[in-house]
Amino acid sequence: MKPAPFQYAAPESVEETVALLHAHGAEGKLLAGGQSLVPLLNMRLARPSVIIDLNRVKTLDYIREENGEIAIGAMTRQRTAERSPVVTRRLPLLADALPLVGHLQIRTRGTVGGNIAHADPSAELPAVLAALEGSVVVRGPGGTRRVAAHGFFVSYLTTALEPDELLLEVRFPAHEQQGAAFLEVARRHGDYALVGVGAVVTMAGNVCQRARLAFTGVGPVPVRIPDAEAVVTGKMVTDGVLAELGKLVTHTIDPTGDIHASAEYRKEVAGVLARRAIQAAAERARMKQMRMR
Amino acid sequence: MATRYFGERIRRNEDPRLLTGGGTFVDDITLPDLLHAALLRSPHAHARVRRVDTAGAEALPGVVAVYTHGDLPPSLQEPLPRPIPHPALVHHKTQYALARDKVRHVGEPVAFVVATSRYIAEDALDLIEVEYEPLPPVVTLEQAVRPDAPLVHEDTGTNVCAQYTQRVGNVDEAMARAAHVFTERFVIDRGTAAPMECRGIVAQWDPRLRQLVVWDSTQAPIPIRNGLARLLGLAQGGVRVIAPDIGGGFGPKIMMFYPEEVLVPYAAMQLSRPVKWIEDRRENFAAMNHEREQIHDAAIAVDRDGRILAVRTAFLYDSGAYIPYGLTVPIVASTTLPGPYKIPNYHCEFRAVFTNKTIVSPYRGAGRPHGVFVMERLMDRAAAELGIDRVELRRRNLIQPHEFPYDVGLIYQDNAPLIYDSGNYPATLEAALQKIGYEHWPQERARYRAQHRYVGLGVACYVEGSGIGPYEGCRVTVEPSGKVYAATSVGTQGQGHFTSFAQIIADALTVRVEDVIVITGDSGAFGWGTGTFASRAAVVAGSAVHLAAQAVREKTLLVAATKLEARPDDLVLEHGRVYVRGAPGKSMTLAEVAVAANPLRGTLPQEWEQPGLEASRYFAPPRGTFPNGVHAAIVEVDIETGMLKILKYVVVHDCGRVINPMILDGQIRGGVAQGLGGAFYEKLVYDESGQLLTQTFMDYLLPTAMEVPEIEVDHLETPSPLNPLGVKGAGEAGVIPVPALMAQALDDALSELGIRITEMPLSPNRLLEMIREARAKRPSPHPDPLPKGEE
Repeated sequence: MKPAPFQYAAPESVEETVALLHAHGAEGKLLAGGQSLVPLLNMRLARPSVIIDLNRVKTLDYIREENGEIAIGAMTRQRTAERSPVVTRRLPLLADALPLVGHLQIRTRGTVGGNIAHADPSAELPAVLAALEGSVVVRGPGGTRRVAAHGFFVSYLTTALEPDELLLEVRFPAHEQQGAAFLEVARRHGDYALVGVGAVVTMAGNVCQRARLAFTGVGPVPVRIPDAEAVVTGKMVTDGVLAELGKLVTHTIDPTGDIHASAEYRKEVAGVLARRAIQAAAERARMKQMRMR
Repeated sequence: MATRYFGERIRRNEDPRLLTGGGTFVDDITLPDLLHAALLRSPHAHARVRRVDTAGAEALPGVVAVYTHGDLPPSLQEPLPRPIPHPALVHHKTQYALARDKVRHVGEPVAFVVATSRYIAEDALDLIEVEYEPLPPVVTLEQAVRPDAPLVHEDTGTNVCAQYTQRVGNVDEAMARAAHVFTERFVIDRGTAAPMECRGIVAQWDPRLRQLVVWDSTQAPIPIRNGLARLLGLAQGGVRVIAPDIGGGFGPKIMMFYPEEVLVPYAAMQLSRPVKWIEDRRENFAAMNHEREQIHDAAIAVDRDGRILAVRTAFLYDSGAYIPYGLTVPIVASTTLPGPYKIPNYHCEFRAVFTNKTIVSPYRGAGRPHGVFVMERLMDRAAAELGIDRVELRRRNLIQPHEFPYDVGLIYQDNAPLIYDSGNYPATLEAALQKIGYEHWPQERARYRAQHRYVGLGVACYVEGSGIGPYEGCRVTVEPSGKVYAATSVGTQGQGHFTSFAQIIADALTVRVEDVIVITGDSGAFGWGTGTFASRAAVVAGSAVHLAAQAVREKTLLVAATKLEARPDDLVLEHGRVYVRGAPGKSMTLAEVAVAANPLRGTLPQEWEQPGLEASRYFAPPRGTFPNGVHAAIVEVDIETGMLKILKYVVVHDCGRVINPMILDGQIRGGVAQGLGGAFYEKLVYDESGQLLTQTFMDYLLPTAMEVPEIEVDHLETPSPLNPLGVKGAGEAGVIPVPALMAQALDDALSELGIRITEMPLSPNRLLEMIREARAKRPSPHPDPLPKGEE
């Protein structure tokens, strides 16, 4: 488990990084926290000819509040985000999901941007971004552009990033007024989810005004099911509504099976988790309303 | 015997060293001019090797040598040794150090590269061209025994390498007249030991001393030395095998031989440069031996009161592609099965079967978990069918304390009669029941049901064979510094021998535990022995340690008697000092006696026999000693996701006299963790082409501290009459009953659904599948609340 030979570059600025990406194209591979890339290198499953190490690019490590959004720099460690009071207060869904990303050691190295750019369909953060309808900011030789979550995740481990583009930051809409819950079933604590779901609801009294759900582990990208969200929208969150939601989710999604769980398992459990997540999110929203009164 | 230390929770002598990074593991061995090896392994489960072209690899700068089968000397072109024969093992096939004309499992070594770095060695592997002709693989046990199955070894004409039957009484007759006979099929799938440290070997040939030194992560350094001497044409004294600190053994690190164990020393000699090979995790999954895979067709016959009349099992044992370790695992499974119960008629037969998968050899438990799973599941089935409480059924069949020694009527893995030496099975069971709260369980269970929670309780009993022969030895020396050195014949892989052996010696010589330095696993320090396996180090080596320490004590008194002009009977040894009884002023320290015992002038008194305060002793038990235990647990199932939560876990265990309860508790807890892994997390998955799909820790799931619950451990102490310490083995106690226990707890939790667990390991996926199937058959118990307290 030693990597094949590669060249190593350690740029210190975004401009330098973009220039390197441009020069090496698909042969260059960005190294952020290394929690996915390094094992792939060691198993020789990835054999890039150039590793471009982002760890000396200091300007990508930040958490800022801007216009109702929280912008998290791509090189911000997951653990830093997890401990950020801004994330805890204004991004409850992200705060719920971050402790489920690997283990403490992994989050201490792993970055928010790396996790999003790697686009593992079983990872938590892409589902959070999808549920919140957030976006990413990317820089290429032609300049900076913003890509919405639904357009960013293209397929399994594939994003809208061009080979010479660098993900600069991830923007999560603040949602402290809403109820949020991220639930997942993983074989063990810290494993990739067999199925996971992020839920955000806006409640008016006992009525759900708006609900968003994004699933992980059940498709090539984070999965949204508008019909399922519609089931709860405008209704009281009763057992009957939740049961209908669960059935619809199970019926609608089309996951694939692997050695850890069959497609049937994922379908069934996605329905269960959707139900539980909406229930938990609605409960939290009600608690917030009570506290604000 | 004074027991200042024996039985105490003494902190481990080795921990300050290990915790501060002072350990020496194989990979810590660095030597000048060290070369690094890597192996090209078969990507096919079954293929003919048509051609191996190493030219490209040899041309890569930094590559020093590339070996294939034909490049090896004649002794290494033969199949590797067969150290554990058995009359029933008709086709005793072992692998070649490097594949000759055929590969028989994914991961089998084909070529061996030595280079100036491991990176270059791995680059070179990419440049070796092998022409394989793929053959149809034999992947499953059922497939292997079909008449038209492809043959793993063509010359055998069959994939069945051994068929072996043991009988007690007359099972057919007993079953014919029994009130009830229940039959069941049980399936246990593959797992791997996954030690924290993978295997590793460093070898150095010293042409001046004409000595080969090998650092090897083996559990059996002395047999490896003996075998290497023979294979490489050296004197046994010309080979020194050192098993340094080892990050867990668990069984598969004893194998005489793994290919790498001969290739690395051979290359070091041939190249006259030290060579290192460190197994990486991906290699370890395919190249270190596996275990667990068996399919049992079993039956139990009981009378109306639930008394066992007969038990029968016929099972298939997957040996993998070769069977170097013989029939140990299936024999242990067969002989562990009867457990603590009186079974007047017993029939067990197995077929050991070749498949195109990694070799199987003992892994912690070594067949015991299988036997216990089958027996306990049969007991649960009988209890359920007869409507007798499962614990009551067990009580009615337990061997009673006055019935020891109890002859089970079988031959054990050491070829000696299976005779339980001592124990108190009813007391062990009652203690566990009390700890888990069995008496109040019906109310407790009803309370959970009222909350729509699916919670079950399990209780499983087992008897563990341990402490078998042939022998182990120890040499104890008091040096002139007053420090005591003890060289033992066994290797150590984390069991705490540096402390438990020191406790035995410290008591004999009245010194502090810290002043006893134990040396393990170095054939240069002690040259006769077999190894650490079968929960035998404390029993067999520990007894030898005790005998040697007692001999040194006697020698100490003898020498001191001469010097103090007293009779040995009048001397007292206390706090490392010998004095004349009633005259404490007339005394010598142990250090002074050690100096006196090795005079520079004059003559050595004849009655001293030899110089120094030193003695070597061996202990050879007549047969194994048998600890026993009961585990109990309360487990909750989320019936919508198939996820488990263990709410309580208790162990009551009797391994005779306890040397160090802290070390013992650790052994048990670690074993339970591995048992839980084997019950719910760990499973090696092969696809239909024989590819191993689980070759990382992302896919092969070891339970972590987050998954393993608090484990309460209690001990009874029924001494063994078979050794001077009264001890029994404890290395496997934690793991053995876990699958049986989890199965029973799950049955209990899911009893409304009529689910009966007959396979291991499980997973949330599999549990939910069973729940789904059961619900399809029965009216759904969810979400409707259940009647309170109803079974």
